Amino acid sequence: MKRFDLQRIGLGLAAPLLALIVALLLSSLALMISGNSPIETFESMLDYGIDPDTMVQTVNRSVTYFLSALAVAIGFRMNLFNIGVDGQYRMAAFFAAVVGGWLVLPGPVLMVVVVLVAVAVGALWAGIAAILKATRGVSEVISTIMLNVIGAGIVAYLLDPSRLGTLIGSQQVSTEPMPESAHLPGIPFANGEVFGFILIAFACGLGYWILLGRTRFGFDLRATGLSETAAVASGVDVKKMVVRTMLLSGGVAGLVGMPLLLGESHAYASDFPAGYGFSGIAIALLGRNHPVGIAIGALLWSFLEQSSQILDLEGVPKEIVTIMQGVTVLSVVIAYELVRRFSLAQQQRRVGAELRAAAPVPAGVPGGPADRSTTGTGSDPDPAPGAGRHASGATATGGPANGRHAADPDNPSRDGGEDPA
Amino acid sequence: MTSAAPAGPPAAPTHDVAVQLRGITKRFPGVVANSDVHIAVRTGTVHAVVGENGAGKSTLMKILYGMQKPDEGTVDVAGKPVSFSSPADAIAAGIGMVHQHFMLADNLTVLENVVLGAEPGGFGRLDTRAARRRIIEISEAYGLGVRPDRMVEDLGVGDRQRVEILKVLYRGARILILDEPTAVLVPQEVDELFGNLRELKAEGITILFISHKLDEVLSVADEITVIRRGTTVATVDPAEVTARRLAELMVGGELPSPETRESTVRDQVVLTVEGLTVLAPDGRAVLDDVSLTIRAGEVLGIAGVEGNGQSELVEAIMGLRPVASGRVLLGDRDLARLGTRHRREAGIGFIPEDRHRQGLLLEAPLWENRILGHQTRKPNVAGPWIDRSGAREDTERIVREYDVRTPGIDVAASALSGGNQQKLIIGREMSGDPVLLLAAHPTRGVDVGAQAQIWDALRAARADGLAVLLISADLDELIGLSDTIDVILRGRLVGRADPRTVTPEDLGSAMTGAGTGAGPAAGADDEGDAVPGTTGPGLTGTGTTGTGSVSGGSTGLPAKGEQ
Repeated sequence: MKRFDLQRIGLGLAAPLLALIVALLLSSLALMISGNSPIETFESMLDYGIDPDTMVQTVNRSVTYFLSALAVAIGFRMNLFNIGVDGQYRMAAFFAAVVGGWLVLPGPVLMVVVVLVAVAVGALWAGIAAILKATRGVSEVISTIMLNVIGAGIVAYLLDPSRLGTLIGSQQVSTEPMPESAHLPGIPFANGEVFGFILIAFACGLGYWILLGRTRFGFDLRATGLSETAAVASGVDVKKMVVRTMLLSGGVAGLVGMPLLLGESHAYASDFPAGYGFSGIAIALLGRNHPVGIAIGALLWSFLEQSSQILDLEGVPKEIVTIMQGVTVLSVVIAYELVRRFSLAQQQRRVGAELRAAAPVPAGVPGGPADRSTTGTGSDPDPAPGAGRHASGATATGGPANGRHAADPDNPSRDGGEDPA
Repeated sequence: MTSAAPAGPPAAPTHDVAVQLRGITKRFPGVVANSDVHIAVRTGTVHAVVGENGAGKSTLMKILYGMQKPDEGTVDVAGKPVSFSSPADAIAAGIGMVHQHFMLADNLTVLENVVLGAEPGGFGRLDTRAARRRIIEISEAYGLGVRPDRMVEDLGVGDRQRVEILKVLYRGARILILDEPTAVLVPQEVDELFGNLRELKAEGITILFISHKLDEVLSVADEITVIRRGTTVATVDPAEVTARRLAELMVGGELPSPETRESTVRDQVVLTVEGLTVLAPDGRAVLDDVSLTIRAGEVLGIAGVEGNGQSELVEAIMGLRPVASGRVLLGDRDLARLGTRHRREAGIGFIPEDRHRQGLLLEAPLWENRILGHQTRKPNVAGPWIDRSGAREDTERIVREYDVRTPGIDVAASALSGGNQQKLIIGREMSGDPVLLLAAHPTRGVDVGAQAQIWDALRAARADGLAVLLISADLDELIGLSDTIDVILRGRLVGRADPRTVTPEDLGSAMTGAGTGAGPAAGADDEGDAVPGTTGPGLTGTGTTGTGSVSGGSTGLPAKGEQ
C-alpha cells in the first residue's frame, strides 16, 4: 500500500506544479501579445511582492480569502454551490459592525459578540437559500446569486445617516465605529503587523479538516457529495444535510469580513470591500477544497493581486493579473481532473495486476447453478429436445481461445468488463 | 481463425457474411473486456450474442458501433475491412444500433425524432413531406406500424422501440444491433418485436441480437454465439441446442441442480407488510395493496419481470419512497415514522439492485465504504467521531471473511470488480447484525465464483435466523434460495409458489400473467410451439417439464404452490 501513497503524493504535487507552469507560460504569452516583456514584468512583480510592506498586505488579504474559500469549500464537498458568500459576508459584517458600535461591553466580550453576530447573520442569509432548496427544490446557485443582490441592497438602504449609518467626514457614510477596546491587536510580521484574526482563520481550517475527515457529520456530508443516491440509501437525510451544510457555509462566510472589521476598519463604511466571495470560489477550486491547498491558493491569489500594484508604474496594464488568475484556476482544475482520472485508472490496473499475480486459481470455478433462461416470457412449454443432441449442437469456434482461457488465471476483474468506469 | 466462419449449419454457403469480427481484444484498466473474439454474421439472419451480465457483450457491440476502438483484431463489413472512430462511421457503413435505453425526445413527434440529425431538405427548410413519405414507406415495408405524427410521449414502450428501429433504418442501416431489446418489454411486446425482426430479416436486414435471456434467443435467432469471460466460446445452431446446454456454455461447466435443504423457518414474524400501496408521481399505483410476512430464518423470493413493482417494494420498506397507504412492521414495531437511518438501526440490511448508484461511494476507499449505511454504529463511530481504526479493522475482517479480492482497504471501491464490490456490500450489510435483509438482485453482474460465495453467505445467514426478502430476475436463484415465492405482476402479488415443486417455466408464465388468464400471452405461447424447445430437463429436480401447467390460461400455479 505504501506505493499507492507515495504515488498519490507525487501526483498530488505534480498537478499544481504543472498547472502553475502552464499558467506562467500562458500569461507570458498574453504579456508578449500586449507588447511587454514577460521576464521584466515578472521580475518587477516579484521585487515588489517580497517587499515587507507588500508582504503584510498579502498575508492580510489572504486571511480574508482563506475564510471565503473555506466557506465555499464546505458547500463544494457536498456538491452545493454557495455562490452567495459575497452577500453573506457583507450582510454579516454590516450587522456585526452595527452591533459592535451600538453595544457597550468590555472590549474582548464585545469582539466575541460581534463575531457571533456575524456568524449568525451569515448563516441566516445562507439559510434562506437552504430552506428554499430543501422545501421547494430551488437551485442554490440561483437563489444565492439573487440573495447577493438583495443583501447588497439591504446594506445600502440601511447604511444611511437617517437609519443605521452616521456621516463621517463630508461624504463617507459608516456605521458607528467600535470602541478602541474592541480593536483586535495584530501579530508582528515582516516589519509590520498582520491581522490577529489569522489565528481564528487557522482554527477554522483545522476545524474544517477535523469536521470533514473525522466526524460522522463530515462523513455524511462527503458521502452526499460523492453519491447522493448512495447517501440516501445509507440513511442520510439529504434535505437536513442541505440545510446544515448551507448554515455552516454561511456561518463561515460571516467570518470573511471580520479580519478587516476587527483589525483595521472597526466600522462598516460604504467603501467596505465587496467581491471576496467570488475570489473564494476560485481559491476553493485552486486548493481542491483542502485547507492546506486553500491556504496556499489564498496566498498565491493575494500575492498576485498585491504584487501587481507595481505594474501601473511600469506601464504594464494591471489587468494582466486577472488573466493570470483565471488561467491559473483553469489549468489547475484541468490538471487535477486529468490526474484524478489517471490515478483511478492506474489504481484499477494495479489492483488487477496484483490480483492476477497473487491468485493463480484455475479458471473453471465450480459450483454455480445458473441456467440464465430467466425472466421468462414463458413463451415455450415445449419439452426439450433429446439430450443427446447437445454435443452436436455446439460447434466450438474458439479452440485456441478456449485453451488460453483455461490457462488464464481467474481474473477477478473480468465481470467488470462491461462497465469499466 | 477461419473456423469462426459458419461451421455448423449447412445453409451457410448461400449467404454472404455481413459482419466478420476477427480476434477482437479490448482492455480496460484492470479488466480485459474482450479477448480474441471471433464472430461471423451472415446477411439476412438474426444472430444472437449471449452471455452473462458482464461477459463482454456490450463492449463488443460498442466496438462494432464505433463507440470503442479495439486494441487488437479486425472488423469486416460486407467483406471489406473497416475502422470506425465514431458511430457516424458505423452508420455510414450501414450499421445501426438500437440502445437498451431509448434515445428519443418525448416532446417531439415520431417524425421529428426520426429525422433529428438527418433532416431532409436544405437551406434551413425541413422537408416534412418527403420525410413522412419515407417513414411510411419504411414502416410499411417492414411492418413496423409506426405513425409519423404521433407524439413520442404518448407511445408505449414497444412503439418507442419500433420508432428507434425505424430511426436506424431511416439512416440507411442494413445491419441492426439490438442491445438487450427485450429488457424493457412485457411479453406481448416481446412477441411483437420478434415478429418485426422476422419481417426485417425477410427483407434482407441483418440483425445482431444481444441478450442473456436464453428462451428468447432460442426462439428468434438463426445462429447463436456464446460469450464467456470476454471471449467467444461457441457458435451454435438453435435447432440443435437446449437452453440448458446454452447456459452451460455461458457459465462454463456443468450446472448443478439447486440442492434441497431443510427449512429453517421459525415462528417469529420479522417483517409484516399490510396493504402497502405506493403511487408513481402520475398517481398510478406502482405497488398495489401488497401484503406479506417474512419469518425469522425464512427467505421470501419475489418473482417478476423487472419493473413490476419490485424496486418500489424494497424502497418502500427501506423508507426511501413515500407510502400512500398500508403498514410496514418490523417485529411489532411500525416503521411508518422512521427514516431510512432508523430503519437500518432497527436491523434492516439492504443490498441495493444498483450497487454503483445506491451501494457504494465509488471514489472512496473500501474502509469508508464499510462505514456507509452504518454511520451511527460501532465499530465505525464513537459518539460523533468516526472511529477510523475500528472501521479499518472491521473492513479487514470483511475482506477476509467474504473473500473480497483486493490488495488492501485503501483502494477506491471503483478499482474492484463487480463481484468483489458486491461481496464487500454483503459483508457490510451482514455485519450490522440485521434481522431482515432486503436483497435485490444480489448476484447480478457477478462472476460465477462470487455468486456461489454470495449464495453461501445468504444461506448461512438464513440458518442463523435472518429473514430475507429476495428480489431476483434469476429464477434458478429464486427457486434455489427461497422458502416461499410470491409472484409480482403490475404491482400486485398475484400468486404464490413452493420452490420445492415449482419449475422456472411455471414461474415464468405466472410472472407474465399467462397463469392468470391474460389472453395475448397465452396465445403467444401456442405460437411458440413452432420454435425449438427451450426448457431444460430436470432443472428443479422435481419438475415436470412444464408442458401441462402453462398453456391456455390455466390458473394452475397457486394450486401447485399449495401442494
